Amino acid sequence: MWWAFAGLLAGLLIGLYLPIHIPVTYARYLSIAVLAALDTAFGGMRASTEGEFDNFVFISGFFSNILVAALLTYIGDRLGVDIYMAVVFALGYRMFQNVGRMRHSAMKISGKKRNLPGGK
Amino acid sequence: MAIGQPPTGHRRHVDFSRTSRTAVVLVCVVLGMMLALQLKVQANLKKELPQQRVEELTTRLKAVEEERDKLQDEVADLRVKLAQAALGKNAISSLESELMKARIMAGLVEVTGPGVVVRMDDSNRQIKPGEDPSAFIIHDDDILNVLNELYASGAEAISINGERVVASTEIRCVGPTISVNNTRIAPPIEITAIGDPETLDRGLKMRGGVVESLSFWGIEVLVKKEPVVVVPAYKGPLNFKYAKPITPQKPDAGENARSEP
Repeated sequence: MWWAFAGLLAGLLIGLYLPIHIPVTYARYLSIAVLAALDTAFGGMRASTEGEFDNFVFISGFFSNILVAALLTYIGDRLGVDIYMAVVFALGYRMFQNVGRMRHSAMKISGKKRNLPGGK
Repeated sequence: MAIGQPPTGHRRHVDFSRTSRTAVVLVCVVLGMMLALQLKVQANLKKELPQQRVEELTTRLKAVEEERDKLQDEVADLRVKLAQAALGKNAISSLESELMKARIMAGLVEVTGPGVVVRMDDSNRQIKPGEDPSAFIIHDDDILNVLNELYASGAEAISINGERVVASTEIRCVGPTISVNNTRIAPPIEITAIGDPETLDRGLKMRGGVVESLSFWGIEVLVKKEPVVVVPAYKGPLNFKYAKPITPQKPDAGENARSEP
């Protein structure tokens, strides 16, 4: 878990200090992609607390979710349908579910013996 | 980590070995970068973009307004000269009063008398979600309705925020402001009208009239009856580029009158 946070921090710093600017037109796709990435990250955390973490599933899910979310938004823009809303709802719902399941399993474990799994 | 559930604990141990750890770190780095970029974009959106445009437009607007002010000064100067010329010729008094009437009608002189001052301001009602916010601000046609009602009630001279309403006055929405005599005005809008204060007041406040329909949208309309109000003269230029009089009777009555008898 610590590694993951370290990586996140490093990514944040890199992103903040690299002179990359996303044009405003594409900012919406990026925001949807960030949502998808966050969802996958929560999914991965959930899977690891439940011990079902699979590396390949995680990585592929991360990138494919980002791409699909951005693609759906793009198609929605072309068609004049707010498909990105569907993406937001679906991903938001899943994030809450994942967090809820993590909480449940954490409570189960702490009830049995130990406190929150550190996942080293 | 030692956990009370042997199967799950074991599997996780296996999965979080070197390769998967680096993969997770990589993914987290990408996620962090995306988050940071998104933050930057949002921050930029908030400040940079509109500000640049606003600055650019402000400088242009300032330049144009300065030009307009200079021209207005010129117009005032020339008009004083014209008045002096007209006086110097010792024109016949009846013709002069005729000229004065025409000038009042045309809005070229400042006039005073009893009247009303109508103050209009945008609605400060809370807009509920789903309601059109543009229904709660003053539009050009709201002002036109008030003007129309004032003229119908016998107003003789009207100015809007100090801009005399003349025959060629336009009242038109320009972005968030309203253009009157090519001058931008913004709420609160003050319409000064000379006429019988009682009649003007009743005309506006008539049942189903303009004040009632505007107050339905929460737009404030305050009508104040005044014993003395001042309506300023028209400050804009008098240029007729296309319109030419058919008979040689020019609007410039002074010179014309002398040459005829």
